[in-house]
Amino acid sequence: MSRAGFIRFLVVAVAIVVLEIACRAGLIDPITIIPPSGMAAGAWKLIVSGRYTEDILLTLGSVALAAMLAIVGGFGLGYCLFRLPRLRRALDPLLASYYAVPTFIFYPLFIVLFGLNRLPLVAIGFMFAVIAMAINTLTGFERVPPVLRRTARALRLSAPTALVQITMPACAPYLFTGVKLVIAYSFIGVIAGEFVLSGAGIGHQIAFAYNNFDNPTMYGLMLLLISFVSGLNMLLFVWERRFYRRRGLT
Amino acid sequence: MSAATGGSHASLRGVTKVYPAVENHPPVHALGPVDLDLRLGEFFSVVGPSGCGKSTLLDVLAGLTPVSAGTVAFEECAVVGEVPEGIGIVFQEDASFPWLTVWDNAAFALRRAAVSESVVRERVDYTLSFMGLAGFSSAYPAQLSGGMRQRLCIARTLVTRPRLLLLDEPFGALDQQTRLLMGDELLRIWRETGATILLITHALDEAAMLSDRVGVMSARPGLLIEIVETRWPRDRDSTIVSRPEFGEVTGQLWARLRGESLKALELTGVGRGGTEIVR
Amino acid sequence: MAVTLDKPTRVHGRLPRSVGFDRLLLFLALLVLWQVLSWIAGPEVITSPPATARKLAAIISAPDFVGHAYETGRAFAAALVISLLGGLVIGLALGFRRLAGEVAEPLLVALYSIPKITLYPVILLLFGLGVSAKIAFGAIHGIIPVALFAMNAVRNIRGGHLRAARAMRLTHLQIAIHVLVPATLPEIVAGFRLGFALTLLGTLIGEMFASQRGIGYMLVQAMETNDTATIMALALLLVTIATTASWALLRLDHGLHGNEQH
Repeated sequence: MSRAGFIRFLVVAVAIVVLEIACRAGLIDPITIIPPSGMAAGAWKLIVSGRYTEDILLTLGSVALAAMLAIVGGFGLGYCLFRLPRLRRALDPLLASYYAVPTFIFYPLFIVLFGLNRLPLVAIGFMFAVIAMAINTLTGFERVPPVLRRTARALRLSAPTALVQITMPACAPYLFTGVKLVIAYSFIGVIAGEFVLSGAGIGHQIAFAYNNFDNPTMYGLMLLLISFVSGLNMLLFVWERRFYRRRGLT
Repeated sequence: MSAATGGSHASLRGVTKVYPAVENHPPVHALGPVDLDLRLGEFFSVVGPSGCGKSTLLDVLAGLTPVSAGTVAFEECAVVGEVPEGIGIVFQEDASFPWLTVWDNAAFALRRAAVSESVVRERVDYTLSFMGLAGFSSAYPAQLSGGMRQRLCIARTLVTRPRLLLLDEPFGALDQQTRLLMGDELLRIWRETGATILLITHALDEAAMLSDRVGVMSARPGLLIEIVETRWPRDRDSTIVSRPEFGEVTGQLWARLRGESLKALELTGVGRGGTEIVR
Repeated sequence: MAVTLDKPTRVHGRLPRSVGFDRLLLFLALLVLWQVLSWIAGPEVITSPPATARKLAAIISAPDFVGHAYETGRAFAAALVISLLGGLVIGLALGFRRLAGEVAEPLLVALYSIPKITLYPVILLLFGLGVSAKIAFGAIHGIIPVALFAMNAVRNIRGGHLRAARAMRLTHLQIAIHVLVPATLPEIVAGFRLGFALTLLGTLIGEMFASQRGIGYMLVQAMETNDTATIMALALLLVTIATTASWALLRLDHGLHGNEQH
């Protein structure tokens, strides 16, 4: 392990230990934060009891659907913006301010449009994630070195062939970043929606536990969620490193 | 090739290129009118000051850019709109594909041509060892040095057996010693493939050493103001620099080029006060 | 997530006369699209543009609005100061101290990718219901991106510039003012643009969960009573504010880049 990695591990480990001691010694009110071991125990109980399996699967399903739609839609949108630079320039301030509006406020709107099912949540996740994918796709296309485009013409490739064989692989690192963001934002969108107005899913259960002062369950669920997302991110990070290190791209 | 056109492999007649006006900038008359005949199998270099349109010359010859006036012909067919089959191009910047191995990079162009895989394998293996890259087949371009990456780009082009090879300052990013060695490589390729070569370069010694003929371009708008014949033997290499004739050729080129280079400096605005110091 | 063009792009060989004109066109096109959607879905589901504008006017002129706006405004301002300044300080420190930066960066990125949603209950428990919770919400949304951008800005200072400065025998202060600041400012401003939007989002969310006053609270009320007109009116208000601020920062950004684009 590198020096930095080792220090990092120490920092995190020490932080957890300090928190544990502070909680057990009564320095922190257990109504606010319970010891990390308590969180882990709560999480374990949840998994074992299987009471929340259905909620977990429901949330994951919505997230997956939102993510897939956002990846496809965001890619298409990013490509369109790339081909229409006037539109892209005009849109720029709007894109930057997109994230200032909590898109889940449109949740009631989506309920009326789609009905009282999971679709409004998927729609929120989609709306949150699609722009990140579009921006990264756009950047990826813009950053293709001009010499590669000229090479495509020098090799007499048709436009579709050039797109698939040269442009897409050249964009791949950026598209990958976009996918990572989409996954994160889909989670945020769906769970935020569940927090606010939903009867099922992890977000709802966390809010429910919070309202009932059921800290072990609440922290347990939160720990599960964080672990899952972090695990997923790390997996993607490792893949990315392995795939791109030899190709000299980071 | 036919003797009717006097063995001209490719030709430009009255070629002019004007880039249209863009917001705040007037139109740019980059090139021409230019007349040029490339003889079959010759090694022809083009030198000239920065911004004189050398690269534009290569672009219109290859069909990468349409002409504003005049005609371009390759093997007696007009070049319009797309790059003709039989022309290979090596660019100044590194055009290797970082996501493919060296072997796949080299095979890329040929694979598009619906050739059987065994032929592809044979040609790629041969070309890679010809270019000294055989030991690196499974490496990625990121793991190679700049010079080797350019060799890879050249190999990728050579695999398709081009009859006309266009090179746009391919060694621009390399140091002098590597350039001299790459020059030897290029001569070897030229002899073995029998292709016609057009080399764009800003280095006078490189042009003088490698070519059968050297075309000198003026400052913008680029015109071919002189063509110098070197009369070197076909089996030359970089040791030619020690011959007195080499100095004469380089001297002749610089004599023609010096005034144009000063003009080019003025065009880029360094001029007014700066020319006093330069003169 | 800031988007920048690498070189001026040409459309059929020409740059458009004025981006402002294009933005106006886009604005009108969006208005038309909005109106069409309203017709299709019905005015109870999607309020039409004129009705939304009227609702917004009504909301703004209502006597309690100033109170709400002030509430949101002061929480947002405080959160913004924390995320921009705090992020800047952290980012600069991590940029200049290499090992610290190397240790901290993956941690920051990991923290950033955790859906902050999951931390909301913790924040509420730590700060209770009220202004400090809102400020905390806002700050945690904005501080990490600002820090990451600032850290990258410092890392990307070209060694050549620093060597040239030392060759000219500049004092440390002169180097800071004439080399470090101009070199890092564009990227720091890009971080601020993102930080602004995210901090606003965080503050609003904080209000939605933790307050009885403020624009976020008004939003939650409207959501619970299914008052589409108010939701859209407030969304319009937010979009306008965020877009204006983003545009202003964009202008600042270009003043710094000097040339090219937009």
